[in-house]
Amino acid sequence: MTQIKEYPTEPLKIWNVGKQLRRGYYEDYLNAHERGGLRWAGGAWSFSAIPAGLGEDVHSITGEPHGATIAFFKDFTAKCHEATEAAGFPRTLCAYMRNYWGSILLDKYILADGTVVDDHPAPDFIWQDHICCSHGKWYQVAKWLEEKKGRKVPMYCVDVSVGYPMDEPLEEYKINYIVQQLNDGIEWLEKITGRTYDDRLLCEAVWNEMKATRLWAEICTLNQAIPAPLDEKSMYSLYVMATLMKHRPECVSFYEKLKVEVEDRVRRGIAAVANERFRVITDTQPPWGFLKIFREMEEYGVVSVGSLYTYGLIGMWKYRPDGIWAPKELPARKPQTREEAVKMIVEWTVDRPEWAHFYVPEAKTEMILSIVKQWKVDAVLLHYNRGCEGLSVHIAENRHGLQKAGVQVFPFEGNMGDEREFDFPGTLARLTTFFESMGLKKRKD
Amino acid sequence: MITAGVDVGAKYVKLVLLEDGKNVLKRANGIVGFDLWKSTTEVFEKALLDSGLKRGQIGQVVATGMGRKSIQKKPPINPEEIVPEVIADAKGTYHLNPAVKTVIDVGAEEGRGVKVGENGKVKDFVINERCAAGAGTFIETMARALEVGVEDMGPLALKSTKAIPMNAQCCVFAESEVVTLIHSKVSKEDIAKAIHDAVAGRIASMVLRLGVERDVVLIGGMARNPGFLPPLKKELNTEILVPEYPQFVGALGTALLAFEMEGKK
Repeated sequence: MTQIKEYPTEPLKIWNVGKQLRRGYYEDYLNAHERGGLRWAGGAWSFSAIPAGLGEDVHSITGEPHGATIAFFKDFTAKCHEATEAAGFPRTLCAYMRNYWGSILLDKYILADGTVVDDHPAPDFIWQDHICCSHGKWYQVAKWLEEKKGRKVPMYCVDVSVGYPMDEPLEEYKINYIVQQLNDGIEWLEKITGRTYDDRLLCEAVWNEMKATRLWAEICTLNQAIPAPLDEKSMYSLYVMATLMKHRPECVSFYEKLKVEVEDRVRRGIAAVANERFRVITDTQPPWGFLKIFREMEEYGVVSVGSLYTYGLIGMWKYRPDGIWAPKELPARKPQTREEAVKMIVEWTVDRPEWAHFYVPEAKTEMILSIVKQWKVDAVLLHYNRGCEGLSVHIAENRHGLQKAGVQVFPFEGNMGDEREFDFPGTLARLTTFFESMGLKKRKD
Repeated sequence: MITAGVDVGAKYVKLVLLEDGKNVLKRANGIVGFDLWKSTTEVFEKALLDSGLKRGQIGQVVATGMGRKSIQKKPPINPEEIVPEVIADAKGTYHLNPAVKTVIDVGAEEGRGVKVGENGKVKDFVINERCAAGAGTFIETMARALEVGVEDMGPLALKSTKAIPMNAQCCVFAESEVVTLIHSKVSKEDIAKAIHDAVAGRIASMVLRLGVERDVVLIGGMARNPGFLPPLKKELNTEILVPEYPQFVGALGTALLAFEMEGKK
């Protein structure tokens, strides 16, 4: 048997804090009305800082993380899919969206720990943005499904399709196009809720969001260390906080503590995977019902140190003049007025790395190549994710670009939210073949 | 020094006994039953008997194939090592033809493409996803639908010059297409050709993802099917070589790996 170097490892101390935070998020949304609060629904990428100006008792549910939570609990997912398909929606649509619609159709709501409660809590309004082909339609149908139950849900959708500023900043008129929609949106929010908008809360929320999304990028940067202090499977449970509540002070506080802990792990050489000897990154959402595949990889000493998805879905990054892909710099000071806050959050958001490929596939390839180099990655596992049209756009071109650059690539087919489209044993067999062809051996062999 | 290579495939077990890493002493095969270990052991023991050898005279054994784990750590074969098919394919083909750059292995259940580098190392590979519509079992299933023997399918296909497209990506739906063709009074020759063209098309589109570089070598059970090679050549627009015992190349590769391991002992 080959002697494999073992790094010290230990569980994350902050793990249970994150679990509690996530559990509380879903419960707060469920119980918001009992406390006289408001509920809104929208995507993880929506400008969540804007509704924050309505008051501190405004709670949201973001659709994609909720769809992923459903996907993790396979029995409930199957019921959601059955309900959606019975209602006439095809299974080729976004899997998160189908999970979400299924939950409304079943009139059931799942909490972070898998507890399913009756009566799907309808939002008081929908606040969404639109970049991928499903985002706007998702909530248009959700609104319609609620209406069929006799619940009127007003909806506002912000079009953010203004291009990606890879080398030059976006033109002012493009920024203003989004800014104007958000200003109109604030008036709309006041009108439909009857509340007076508080600009001070908006400024706080915008600043929180910028801090949280930068902090997450800083934490990801710490994973450049060998051994990696975090593995991607664990990172899924950590990045999710910003997809739920990026504008909330709890999110900032959680990432501040997490950053301190991860820095400490790097200093002490604490590994996520004790037998780390081969570093990979993935791409797009994983098949959520089969995260055990990461544990199988560990048997070969393989650690997934992240992905453009895990780093850049919600973390904010920018190329520095020296060509290093690094956490985006915060503005010099917190916004003081509504005008400043709205413009600041738009200028911050248009740099979101996971928006790049919608316009320029080469930009995504370039970012993945930067990760490969800066995070010392040996191979890239590309998920041809049938469940997400948005993040899978141009993925074959990314594969081609990576291979051209000499990067080892393992593509596999699957679906993030529909287990019927993921062949676990087949994929595992091909994946282990890939590792063995790289000269890796299973620990037990 | 005699080493052994075993390829526990989806349909057949293939075995090669190799002397000094050069001379093939014995090739043997047998159908895989429900009990993979039992089927493989029977082939192994019969090969020893036919060769007048005892287990103790065999040095290292290396196994490959989808059923390779079924014989791991189990006597009498108890292979020292198990390796994925792509490694065995690359090794065996490189031994037979050091100019090989691309190996196409089409077996009963799987089709694979392997890019071969220096000394028969795997540079890259592709394997078909899920459906058997690009593998030998598909031909076998279609032979049943046409009521001909599987061995007659290739020669039948060669008698046709028509190009009838089959669009189904799934084995089950493809069978429905075949049934439709039968009911439309399309000749067996033309249907057989359409089936081979479809399999070749699927394998070619998969291999093209790797990039085809000559020499291209076709191995696996499907390499013995004369109806498969012409459409594959056409699809890939290249000359394709077929070794004398294409179905044993994976087993040969493992026997060679076993020999290398002997050298490291």
